[in-house]
Amino acid sequence: MQAGKKNYAKPLIILWTVCIVMFLYTPMVSVVLASFSKKRYFQFPVVNWTTRWYEKAFESLSVRDLLTTSFSVALLVTVLSVVLAFFGALAFARYDWKGRKLFQKIILLPIFFPQAVLGLALLLWFSVLGITTSWMTAVFAHMVWIVPIVTLIISIQVYSFDPSLEEAAVDMGATRLQTLREVTLPILSPGIISGSVFAFLLSWGNFPLSLFSTGADQTVPEWLYAKMVSGYTPMVPTLGSLMMGGATITLFVSYVAYTLYRGRQKRRLT
Amino acid sequence: MQPGVRAAIPAAAFLLIGFAGPLLMVLGYSFMPPRTFSLAQAPTFANFISIVTDSYYLSFVWSVFLSLIAVALLLVISYPVAYGMAKMFGPWANVVTMIIVVPLLVSENIRLFGWVLVLLKNGIADGSMQLLFGVQLPSLLYTVPAIVLGLVYVYLPFMLFPLVIGLSMVPDTLKEAASDLGASRLQIFREIEVPLAMPGIMIGCMLTFILSLGSLAESKILGGQTVIMIADDIESAFTFAQNWPKGAMLSVILIVFSGSLVFFLFRRIDLDRIIGRR
Repeated sequence: MQAGKKNYAKPLIILWTVCIVMFLYTPMVSVVLASFSKKRYFQFPVVNWTTRWYEKAFESLSVRDLLTTSFSVALLVTVLSVVLAFFGALAFARYDWKGRKLFQKIILLPIFFPQAVLGLALLLWFSVLGITTSWMTAVFAHMVWIVPIVTLIISIQVYSFDPSLEEAAVDMGATRLQTLREVTLPILSPGIISGSVFAFLLSWGNFPLSLFSTGADQTVPEWLYAKMVSGYTPMVPTLGSLMMGGATITLFVSYVAYTLYRGRQKRRLT
Repeated sequence: MQPGVRAAIPAAAFLLIGFAGPLLMVLGYSFMPPRTFSLAQAPTFANFISIVTDSYYLSFVWSVFLSLIAVALLLVISYPVAYGMAKMFGPWANVVTMIIVVPLLVSENIRLFGWVLVLLKNGIADGSMQLLFGVQLPSLLYTVPAIVLGLVYVYLPFMLFPLVIGLSMVPDTLKEAASDLGASRLQIFREIEVPLAMPGIMIGCMLTFILSLGSLAESKILGGQTVIMIADDIESAFTFAQNWPKGAMLSVILIVFSGSLVFFLFRRIDLDRIIGRR
């Protein structure tokens, strides 16, 4: 009887999961749909299709500026966050030390923290310290939120790391730097790579922190928000679609690069 | 120095400057007289008194109310999916995880804008209803349910993944044993599954509640000006109104409220067990 009941529970759960996935992707499909619609104000069903908005976006200098700002911020955030988070993750999961439990909790606090409030608190902080906000302060602001996330991601990898491998390397005469480069880093590389991809994309798409910390510079999500609230143009769905395209390409390229890298490593070992 | 301490220093020092510093600053400002811009003044409780006199508590009540609805809906919606991912899908669970993570990497306001296009007059929902049944829908955008939809939509993964972790901590053998001893499905659910999955359920509920409480974009993009949520009030105090002490006071209340929830949660769970499963 138990088994009989389970048999119809499973298809129902699969069906429900499919519905949820469709729910999650509905708005993104709508944005892409709107970006190809010829009408100035979106109407469904779409009657006339056009790629005009994309041509305009590629020609526009201000769009280029926005993309450059977003890209520079995301790149710097990635590099800096991964370095801090790598050591943070070792302290989080690898070493046994006295303050570890407390450190684990403190490092996770910014993830739980409302981002808009964090952005405003940072704005206040910068102005009290006399720092003019620009895209560089946005890098700092993004990091406050992203370093903890990357630390968490790398930590998951560190938990499955066998410390005796490091000890073995040291026993066989490796220096501390050699051990780090030849043993620790390669073993933790899956965590570091997924951490970097997350850092890049979360910074690339971040809105609440950028809103208060970029000063005169503007990232794409900020521009989109400004246009959504006042002065809608068909460039909103177009640039939105371009942002999603950028994220997809980043994910895809890093996935392929990672698979190739793994394959080469395996061949080297066998 | 212990290697653990040495490894902890960079991240800890960074958070001291980037997180603890700004928060202490906000705390300091919340005790300054209204509409002032310097910290060097006699502290006062004027801001905290104005919560009651100027009815700022309204936005706070709305935020708590909408967040509670969102959390309840999220729990009901995500539980079956989490159960499937933890117990049924096997190797497919990883694929489902990937599919659900990807939208998280797309900017929140692009995804919310997608809902604007769906809910808009002559938008996707309205347009397809007209096309299929010839009925015109009432205005869906800029309503309270639209804000709840936005909250549920944006925070779904933050409920789902903790639930998956929680449910995968429930051993199947225990449920089989209970079933062999004659327990009904409801009894198994209530007496075994839910209690053992509790850490995950609690993390999911707390996380989504706190994130909803501090949300800004949902009420602005999908709600128009129907409802002012607490983060809206904080933002306008800091920007348009140029009343830093008031914004700081509202932030302090939000932080203390969410912070005490996080504190309770952290006291009851062991992160090593949940993340590292060792």
